[in-house]
Amino acid sequence: MKINDVILRTVTKAVVFIILTLGVYLFFAGHHAPGGGFIGGLVLASGIVLLYLAYDIETVHKGMPFDFKKVAALGVFLATGTAIGALFFDVPFLTQTYTYIDVPIFGKMGFSTVTIFEAGVALTVVGVVVTIILSISEDE
Amino acid sequence: MVTVLIAILLPFVCAALIPLLYRRLRRVTHLGWFVLSVPFILFVLLARYIPQIAEGKTFIHTYEWIPSFNINFTTYLDGLSMIFGLLITGVGSLVILYSIFYLSTKESLHHFYCYLLLFMGAMLGVVFSDNLMILYTFWELTSVSSFLLIAFWHHRKASRAGAKKAMMITVFGGLSMLAGFLMLYVASNTFSVREIVANVEVIRDHALFTPALILILLGAFTKSAQFPFHIWLPDAMEAPTPVSAYLHSATMVKAGIYLVARFSPIFGGESIWFWLVSVIGLVTLFWGSFNAVRQTDLKALLAFSTVSQLGLIMSLFGLGSVGHYYGYAESSIVYTQASFAALFHLVNHSTFKGALFMMVGIVDHEVGTRDIRRLGGLMSLMPVTFTIAVIGSFSMAGLPPFNGFLSKEMFFAAVLAIRDVEAFSIADVGLFFPFIAWVASIFTFVYSMILIFRTFLGKLQPEKMDRKPHEAPFGMLISPIILCLLVVGIFFFPNVLGHYILEPAMASIYPTFPSSSELTPHIHAWHGINAELWMTLGVIIIGIILFKTLKSWKPLYRIFSQKYTFNTYYNRLIEISENGSEKLTRKYMTGNLTHYFVYIYVFFIALIAGYFIWSDAMTFHFDMDSVIESYELILVFVMIFAAVWMIFAKGRVTAMLLNGVLGYSIAFFFVIFRAPDLALTQLVVESVTTALFLLCFKYLPDLMPEAPPKRVQWSKAVISIFVGATVTMVGFAVVHYDRFEPVSTYFNDAYELAGGSNIVNTILGDFRAFDTMLEVVVLLIAGLGVYTLTKLKPRKEEADREN
Repeated sequence: MKINDVILRTVTKAVVFIILTLGVYLFFAGHHAPGGGFIGGLVLASGIVLLYLAYDIETVHKGMPFDFKKVAALGVFLATGTAIGALFFDVPFLTQTYTYIDVPIFGKMGFSTVTIFEAGVALTVVGVVVTIILSISEDE
Repeated sequence: MVTVLIAILLPFVCAALIPLLYRRLRRVTHLGWFVLSVPFILFVLLARYIPQIAEGKTFIHTYEWIPSFNINFTTYLDGLSMIFGLLITGVGSLVILYSIFYLSTKESLHHFYCYLLLFMGAMLGVVFSDNLMILYTFWELTSVSSFLLIAFWHHRKASRAGAKKAMMITVFGGLSMLAGFLMLYVASNTFSVREIVANVEVIRDHALFTPALILILLGAFTKSAQFPFHIWLPDAMEAPTPVSAYLHSATMVKAGIYLVARFSPIFGGESIWFWLVSVIGLVTLFWGSFNAVRQTDLKALLAFSTVSQLGLIMSLFGLGSVGHYYGYAESSIVYTQASFAALFHLVNHSTFKGALFMMVGIVDHEVGTRDIRRLGGLMSLMPVTFTIAVIGSFSMAGLPPFNGFLSKEMFFAAVLAIRDVEAFSIADVGLFFPFIAWVASIFTFVYSMILIFRTFLGKLQPEKMDRKPHEAPFGMLISPIILCLLVVGIFFFPNVLGHYILEPAMASIYPTFPSSSELTPHIHAWHGINAELWMTLGVIIIGIILFKTLKSWKPLYRIFSQKYTFNTYYNRLIEISENGSEKLTRKYMTGNLTHYFVYIYVFFIALIAGYFIWSDAMTFHFDMDSVIESYELILVFVMIFAAVWMIFAKGRVTAMLLNGVLGYSIAFFFVIFRAPDLALTQLVVESVTTALFLLCFKYLPDLMPEAPPKRVQWSKAVISIFVGATVTMVGFAVVHYDRFEPVSTYFNDAYELAGGSNIVNTILGDFRAFDTMLEVVVLLIAGLGVYTLTKLKPRKEEADREN
């Protein structure tokens, strides 16, 4: 089935960047506003899925040469890593901490180890969603 | 106490490194050299603490894991765990050194050493954990990793069967042990072994005390291959010989012994403990030695001999528990000597049995067979191996000047001493203990002699051997030679071992006894002419006679029909349960998706609606409801319209798009009710699943043209209506549901505790992070599952080759 997807491609070119930016924004906003690792990851994944829908797999792979299985594995590694990491500071498993630092230009900003944990969640979501969609669509 | 933490973690870290290092190292050198460094370093690290441990110090450190559930990673180093730690790392080093020469680089070494390191780490975890839950985790990890090791040559059917059997039996025991641990927790309110030992008086009267005792013993007996669970050990001999030497001389099977030793301060004074441990131990001792004689395969012979020796150690701990019953007194010292003999024999057994396993491995490697009927006359061709065999076997048979003699004499002394005990109504069967011990020792002597003389003396039969026999390369001989030097060394200087290693362990077994040096006897090789010596002489004389006349009485074994062995019962049990579960599974796994949905929904209705009705929680009050706005009504009608249309939709794509309408409308509701997080998630999930469905539907046929029969359609309609009704009713009812404390109070101070004002995220990342972490893992597994299902179908030629 060959369909004329000029419109889809043109729209995708513009929209994907908006979606990806939104995904990153949602990820960082997560601590104080709606968002977070899971949603951020999902939005990023949906952007990538849109790319795959508009273009063929080889083209997208040239731009994003990631093995998404490894991305997912890295995510799990990060999430469990922060959990185990707490043990090295002699606090219970999965303990998270946060602090506020004065950063030039941006002013007072909060930093938290939860961000790393959430990054793990986000990467897993991206990796798994894209892996599933790719493997189903590539299946003959 | 970082050392202990390193000891537990280092093997795991290195196991994780192996896949990375393997490709680079395989061209340069044997992977074993890298792996060898791990136990060697750990051995040296641990050995540094021997002087401090000998002074009576113990080291404990707690790393908090889940403190709210009393589950902490508590490492504990005392005399008892020191012995086992040294055995695991010491024998581990020798076994790996041996394996470097035993396994060629053509084998998949990275798998082998990965499993071996996992196993080593798990064993160290078992002996160094103070927390019962952590101990249990490592305990099961030893079962899993030994399963992988036994099935290393997984292309052989026997290897797979042996591994499965070992796994089934040890995991069964492990699970009952877990139940026992939980009962102990209920009784004592702590998971820490030390704390339980300290409060043993309080929990002794608890109703769960005896059940916990039996269940924990079940774990120990299955792991240590005690009668009648011993059947897995001979089958586990399908593993490569270095594995057999490691698992069955020094480590895995001794985990059960460790458990019994570790828990004897808790359960020691109980009569049921005494009877179970000592009698099962003695029966195992006898049955193992009796069966070892009939074996024709060298490794099978050693397997039964291990079973028997484990029974010996086990029974000694049972006899030693009498000391706990009497408490500390001058007169009870004699009974504690049984525990001392057990520890002593534990070490001795590791040395001589390790050497013997390696010896058999050498014979197998250089001659090509382990069948006694095909062996013989190897003495002149393999003099060094012969010497190793003589030292190991004589030690096993309990002859001087080897360490087995010393512990065997102490064993005889212990069974003789037990006759005088007045507790537990032992007096009635007093002679039973020494008699069984003596008969079993005769059989031990006989099979030890078979091991040497049938293999190395007699006529050489080169035509029956697969290879031309010759002496093993030097590297393969180093490890057994070191073990043999230990066998002899311990005989001449037993008190060094006694003072530095065994004495602190005695303090761990008898914590309430004031001075452990009083419990430590001075070991003499010559202890005068007494009953023990006469027993040994009897063993030697009758043993020689039996060995000489072996041909004439061996047919006696045929009386025992193969029909009634435990193996047969085990096989029949497995067969019945496999067939039964297959039949049951075929009944409900029809392959029809609709059926599965029916099960799920019926179960759902029964559970949720059933619970709400049963607990009388289906109460509705509509007085508190807010006003329904007009746009909310419109949305509701849109959803109803979409849902009803979906039922009558003709095409899949239509149905899927209508489903999307429903999903987006729900997202709208989340927006209206000020739940932006949920709205966002719902929107994105809806988009992604719609894309997924689009992809999947491309490959599916159109909807079935013919409709199913009316009866089926009606039953489906009824189920759907009930599901809808349940969800609606529960939705109404939860507003006033007050059976549990609302979780929201827990998150009141989320900002102060977690520093985030988005409460959803603080819940996900902080309060319930454990759930999130595991969900991420589950997600990864699910993703990989889909990937393997769709991608990794075996290609045709591969599928052919596997069969």
